[in-house]
Amino acid sequence: MTAVVAEHDDHHDHHDHGPEKGVLRWIFTTNHKDIGTLYLVFGLIMFFVGGAMALVIRSELFEPGLQFVDPNFFNSMTTMHALVMVFGAVMPAFVGLANWMIPMMIGAPDMALPRMNNMSFWMLVAGVLLLASTLFMEGGAPSGGWTFYPPLVFQNGKSFPFAIFSVHLLGISSIMGAINVIATIFNMRAPGMTLMKMPLFVWTWLITAFLLIAIMPVFAGAVTMLLTDKFFDTSFFDAAGGGDPVLYQHIFWFFGHPEVYVMILPTFGVASTIIPVFARKPLFGYASMVYATGAIAFLSFIVWAHHMFTVGMPVAGELYFMYATMLIAIPTGVKVFNWTATMWKGSMTFETPMLFSIAFVVLFTMGGFTGLMMSVAPVDFQYHDTYFIVAHFHYTLVPASIFILMAAGYFWLPKWTGNMYNEKIGRLHFWLSAVSVNILFFPQHFLGLAGMPRRIPDYAIQFADWNMVSSIGAFIYGFSQLLFVYIVIDTIRGGTGEKVSDEVWEDASKHSLEWTVPSPAPYHTFSTPPARIPTEHF
Amino acid sequence: MSTHDSYYIPHKAVWPVLATGGLMMTLAGFANHLNGSSIGSGMMLTGFVIFLVMLGLWFALQSTESESGMYNHGVGISYRMGMMWFIFSEVMFFAVFFGALWYTRNLSVAWLGETGLPSGPGRSTHDTLWPAFQAVWPTNGPGKVGGDFEPMGAFGLPFLNTLLLLSSGVTCTWAHHGLLAKNRDQLIKGLIATVGLGFLFVGFQATEYYEAYHEMGLTLGSGIYGSTFFMLTGFHGFHVCVGAIILSVVLFRSWKGHFTPENHFAFEAAAWYWHFVDVVWLGLFVFVYMM
Repeated sequence: MTAVVAEHDDHHDHHDHGPEKGVLRWIFTTNHKDIGTLYLVFGLIMFFVGGAMALVIRSELFEPGLQFVDPNFFNSMTTMHALVMVFGAVMPAFVGLANWMIPMMIGAPDMALPRMNNMSFWMLVAGVLLLASTLFMEGGAPSGGWTFYPPLVFQNGKSFPFAIFSVHLLGISSIMGAINVIATIFNMRAPGMTLMKMPLFVWTWLITAFLLIAIMPVFAGAVTMLLTDKFFDTSFFDAAGGGDPVLYQHIFWFFGHPEVYVMILPTFGVASTIIPVFARKPLFGYASMVYATGAIAFLSFIVWAHHMFTVGMPVAGELYFMYATMLIAIPTGVKVFNWTATMWKGSMTFETPMLFSIAFVVLFTMGGFTGLMMSVAPVDFQYHDTYFIVAHFHYTLVPASIFILMAAGYFWLPKWTGNMYNEKIGRLHFWLSAVSVNILFFPQHFLGLAGMPRRIPDYAIQFADWNMVSSIGAFIYGFSQLLFVYIVIDTIRGGTGEKVSDEVWEDASKHSLEWTVPSPAPYHTFSTPPARIPTEHF
Repeated sequence: MSTHDSYYIPHKAVWPVLATGGLMMTLAGFANHLNGSSIGSGMMLTGFVIFLVMLGLWFALQSTESESGMYNHGVGISYRMGMMWFIFSEVMFFAVFFGALWYTRNLSVAWLGETGLPSGPGRSTHDTLWPAFQAVWPTNGPGKVGGDFEPMGAFGLPFLNTLLLLSSGVTCTWAHHGLLAKNRDQLIKGLIATVGLGFLFVGFQATEYYEAYHEMGLTLGSGIYGSTFFMLTGFHGFHVCVGAIILSVVLFRSWKGHFTPENHFAFEAAAWYWHFVDVVWLGLFVFVYMM
């Protein structure tokens, strides 16, 4: 990386380089902070769109019997809720954090490929628009589950090709974003910022980006085969022609398992960034964190068929995928141990980001343990496609990925805006979320173990009580997230009147470079590389 | 400040978002077309033209900027990394279709024919639905989907195509040597040969497809053999076309004298892409045609 940075516009002349005025600034922007903001705002909006769909589901399930929606629309809601949350909310939000933070954390002036950065955001919007348009089509939105299993998926109406092409656009967006992250991290680091000095958030995103480039084309290939099977007479998933519907499941989960780690690895990275600051200690076991992340990423590619234990695989396959899956508990355990050890005997304070991070460590561990239970193939025959799996993956996504995204918001908003957020309402948001998320998802373990299947609009009478509890939790959780929107807007407008220092959090600049630049962070940072690289995480 | 030692960061980008709009229109049009809507194909073509024009303008801008010396060494490294990882994503895309070929040939067809384990996963399907089915390759499955067909042999046009594509790899490298040695004549002749061989390959493949459809009864609908054969070779053929178009642009830029031994990322990217397409073909020739 070279020492000096020149700024140009398309006409090659030099002038003041603040942001442009008006809406065109956001459409044509190549600035990593602008694009990061776009991703974050888009992710937050989609979080509420997907959340509204979840509330439709929980309303319908509040009591047994059909009361609000017809079953096909219910199935559309479960399908679209998943797709919107995965591809519209969680992934874009983490890409937004990557855009904002990676260049600032490694002392780079911007992302390596700024024009492609712009394109990958708009590809995301295009993909989500295609997907959302299916809600208004004949036959409704896709309703066969977000996994698109054939032959069920072929029963979707007009939405079918739109959903397929939406996946293609989302895939292109993710691949371009990931290429940009890798090129930025490998090529744009400030002098002295060696790989093993990078903040863990940067490390986890580097590894996530590898995963994305490896898996998104696989998903694109799988849905392309669905498209040709439906419209162009191929027989990939048709046994009469020599194909096999199970082939789709293998390909899908070869994508799908690393995909869930795409959502959790950056979560680990943010947690590893926040916890040391509020424990006022270096991160415990930095190198082991890096290696554990790599190990988890590697293992994610060789465990996919644990999603398919009941599909009828040879016994050797069941055994292999069972043991391989159990191995994941080892590097994940290393991480949980390291976060705990980081807090051990630290001078801890409990600001909102730290509260969310601690809740993440506790609740994610629970989600991890239920995962371990399901890795046992013979036992999984009971759990498969019940509410137990719903409880499991929601514990690893909501009080893990979503909580950490909230934590990241509270942690970096003061740096982004120059204003402190409202700590009182922040803590209220945390406690409401932490309590209600458990009311929402914990009873689903009981429902699943008792045999309630997932993806159904109606259920047997004995499941009524816990479903009602779960739905009440869902509404408290959903509406308390509006507090976050209030806080974000309030902070941007400087509502608390409290300006923050460059460092924001006590001694944060010992941990990472973004705390050495002014608050709010100027439009361009590190046009000249930083003089000193923080080494607190050793 | 000097642009020589600085990392170029564009101030705004107009073409990427417009290209995205074009691509979205293309796909929405295609989806409408598949759903039987009459506006679909027009929308698809309009969108695709917009997409291509916007990409063209984007690349033209990149080329102009590069020629005016705005890109330093660091920018070049970012571009090279971008291209490498893009090719890796393409490798994974082809891997899916090779994987589908491997899985059906070695597992699912064998299970349907009950040649697997005594209690293999396809046993009940075999017993209840198609007890007479014998697992052989090539096959259009127990339902004889698409009717009788003749499989594509390796040593006619496909073998000739292998020779063509391998030779084009050689001429491409020869052109690169010419570029490095500042031998403009060799550079341009090498590129003309590469592009020519590439399009010749596409022509022969079109002939091969024509024969398959009209004389051999082999179509995309010929069960799993037809599916894997046409999807693998078809996507490869599409990549050859794209590669040849990229090389044509590189040829045009070489003729305009754009590239120097130190600064020729576009040439390198095109050459990498071409060699990647070459390697995929070798995989196809072995696993689709010969085995």
